[in-house]
Amino acid sequence: MNFDFSDEQKQMRDEARKFLAEKCPPKAVREVLDGKAPYDKALWKGLAEMGFLGVAIPEAFGGAGAGHLELCVIAEEMGRANAPVPFSSTVYLAAEALLLAGSDAQKQKWLSKIASGEAIGTLALFEGKGNPSPKAIKLQASGGTLTGMKKPVPDGAIADFAVVAARTGSTGRDSDISLFLVDLKAGGVEVKSLTNVDPTRGQAELTFKNAKAEPLGAAGDGWSILTQVLDRAAVLLAFEQVGGSDRALEMGRDYALDRIAFGRPIGSFQAVKHILADMYVSATLARSNCYYGAWALSTNASELPEAAAAARISATQAFQHCSKNNIQVHGGMGFTWEFDCHMYYRRANTTALTLGSLSYWEDQLIDRMRKKNAA
Amino acid sequence: MNFDDTPQEAAFRAEAKAWISANAPKQYEEELRKSSLGRTALKGANILEVAKAWQKKKADAGWACLHWPKEYGGRGSSPIERVIWQQEEGPFGKLSGMFIIGHGMCGPTMMAFAGEEQKRKYLPPLASGEKVWCQLFSEPAGGSDVAGLRTRAEKSGDDWVINGQKIWTSGAHYSDYGILLTRTDPNVAKHKGLTMFFLDMKSPGVEVRPIKQASGQSDFNEVYFTDVKIPDSQRLGAVNDGWNVSLTTLMNERMSIGAGVSTGFPELFDFCNSLMLEDGPAIEDRSVRSKLATYAVKASGLRYTSMRAISALSKGERPGPENSIGKLVAGSMVQEVAMYALDLQGAAGVLSGPEDAEVAGKFQAMLLRAPGTRVEGGTDEIMRNIIAERVLGLPGDIRVDKDVPFNEIPTKGRA
Ligand SMILES: Cc1cc2nc3c(=O)[nH]c(=O)nc-3n(C[C@H](O)[C@H](O)[C@H](O)COP(=O)(O)OP(=O)(O)OC[C@H]3O[C@@H](n4cnc5c(N)ncnc54)[C@H](O)[C@@H]3O)c2cc1C
Repeated sequence: MNFDFSDEQKQMRDEARKFLAEKCPPKAVREVLDGKAPYDKALWKGLAEMGFLGVAIPEAFGGAGAGHLELCVIAEEMGRANAPVPFSSTVYLAAEALLLAGSDAQKQKWLSKIASGEAIGTLALFEGKGNPSPKAIKLQASGGTLTGMKKPVPDGAIADFAVVAARTGSTGRDSDISLFLVDLKAGGVEVKSLTNVDPTRGQAELTFKNAKAEPLGAAGDGWSILTQVLDRAAVLLAFEQVGGSDRALEMGRDYALDRIAFGRPIGSFQAVKHILADMYVSATLARSNCYYGAWALSTNASELPEAAAAARISATQAFQHCSKNNIQVHGGMGFTWEFDCHMYYRRANTTALTLGSLSYWEDQLIDRMRKKNAA
Repeated sequence: MNFDDTPQEAAFRAEAKAWISANAPKQYEEELRKSSLGRTALKGANILEVAKAWQKKKADAGWACLHWPKEYGGRGSSPIERVIWQQEEGPFGKLSGMFIIGHGMCGPTMMAFAGEEQKRKYLPPLASGEKVWCQLFSEPAGGSDVAGLRTRAEKSGDDWVINGQKIWTSGAHYSDYGILLTRTDPNVAKHKGLTMFFLDMKSPGVEVRPIKQASGQSDFNEVYFTDVKIPDSQRLGAVNDGWNVSLTTLMNERMSIGAGVSTGFPELFDFCNSLMLEDGPAIEDRSVRSKLATYAVKASGLRYTSMRAISALSKGERPGPENSIGKLVAGSMVQEVAMYALDLQGAAGVLSGPEDAEVAGKFQAMLLRAPGTRVEGGTDEIMRNIIAERVLGLPGDIRVDKDVPFNEIPTKGRA
């Protein structure tokens, strides 16, 4: 047994951390937060040059062909830096869907563009409030075109293409759902940017009006592919959440050492120490659950569905816990726009909802554990 | 990253599995499997005898205290082999409960500080369970604040004479030996005047009085010392260096990682699977699932945290203070789990008799034992201090008694 990343993978993490520290300081995040740009284009280009966008994409399709453990390592650093780029929507959602279900031609076309930074992709799944469910998908596919509405679509306003979940049947079964690829620049799709809690990760409404679409994967397989995509993205996003948790903890710790009150660093007050200790505990539990998820993801283990749900829940809880208590430790300063605490608080609470809410994943986890137990 | 056994590990596992299957006291397997925190009694058998017999059998075949050197009764195994053994031993591992303090803390302290001859004399019977050891640290005046203890040791010729009282000493009533922390110089700051010994619990002047615990059971004791003589040869470490010696003991406690702290989760999961509520099985209820999921990820988080620690150990890294999280998380979790399991039973949750209570009163027993888990071996608060100070590097608490001679420290809160 070796339940750790390899030295090469750790080296890659250091490399990514160094790169992001330089190219994605809080100042850069704020450009997007303040609405000066929809995302950090220079950073996106840099990530492509570093080979990070295609880390898990096979060399045959223009990627680095490293693997998913390597992608986990990068994801953690993206979360730590709170990077304002469409990494998760493009790399975890769109690219994973293509990897799982794309034809060779589709992979050739889109994956290589993802790896080189030329194309931003996303997954258009939700249609208003609610959690992932075949029933909630109303958008209709017929004759190679799509009609209907999707929101919120992460990074939908800047995406070049979307993987779209559409209804192709009316039997009331999961097989009513199919996936499609839509070139968002080809016309037929109206795009509207939506205001949201975390401006560094844009959300959009896409309205499809007989938009041209090509099937992704076999007709009727949509839901089963989606479930796999969501599981895989759950692990990857959980690593981002762990990166964010660690950063929030670090910020809180550093502030507690610097800030003096009543003649002492506030970090010497036990109430503050215990807040930080609890942050450490939740971040550590999440990290460990994530490692298990990484193992399951990288080996395509049958444990993946359960491991993914556990990583997702644990990391969601940890990031919410760490980011809110980081503000608490910072006191009034923590509640100013100027301090960076709120960036992580925003990110934590939006990431908690992007693949379905916490309670949705809780439900999934127990379902999966139960099935495993019954088997 | 992988969970696969190396060929060597696989061979070890196969050997362990075969031996356990041929030798374990199978008649108790089911009962041990079903037992949980607060309830490990065996029907119609003396658990102490069963435990001792199993430990002896293991020792004779070279399966006791796996990581100890062979000459002291161990096997010289790697950390991973220890984990593999624990996995294969399964419910029979619960029989080791009474040896934890001896094997986890007293033994390693002896190994670090006793003379070679003593180690060869005392350690093998400790490993084999023939002799049981206890840890005599806490006192009414010093639990969290161990260095506040008052039991005196005074030099008299080649001997030391001990007077004082210990409390909450687990297993003292069936222990043969103990490690004992005493005060040898009250005129210096409290940490600087302590000395460690080991002693025969049958020595004249040692009196053990079982304490009835909040749970109704009696696992710990008061121990009184009246002019108890200990030869200087049984001193561990230098005179007045007992604080450092005790830190070794406490550090070694962390080596017991992987031993698997009980969280109560598997029990709760099974219970929710079988319990019928008005609207159907408990596990199909949304709010039940949400609770279960939160506990599930804590339990798995702990499991994988210890796997990470074991991986680090097997690469030669030493376990650090970060392993304090196991007891901290599991301790409060087991208490919450018990409370929740009772809540699910509604009014009948109050019943604890094996005939009337759900799952034979398992969760009621857990509820009553849980408060002790959050206190023993360092309270939740002390664990958080350890994490904050030694992992996160935050300042230590202000210690007003740090540079004050021990005999000038105030002893009561309200004046
Ligand atoms: C089941 C059980 C078995 C035990 N077995 C043994 C044994 O075998 N050998 C042995 O030597 N001891 C044993 N103990 C004793 C145990 O180690 C002590 O009870 C424990 O360390 C707490 O000390 P205390 O009881 O004096 O509580 P106190 O130290 O008086 O604590 C009271 C409260 O104050 C808090 N507190 C104290 N100091 C601080 C601080 N610095 N910061 C914040 N909060 C603080 C505590 O967290 C607690 O909430 C056992 C205890 C139990 C419950």
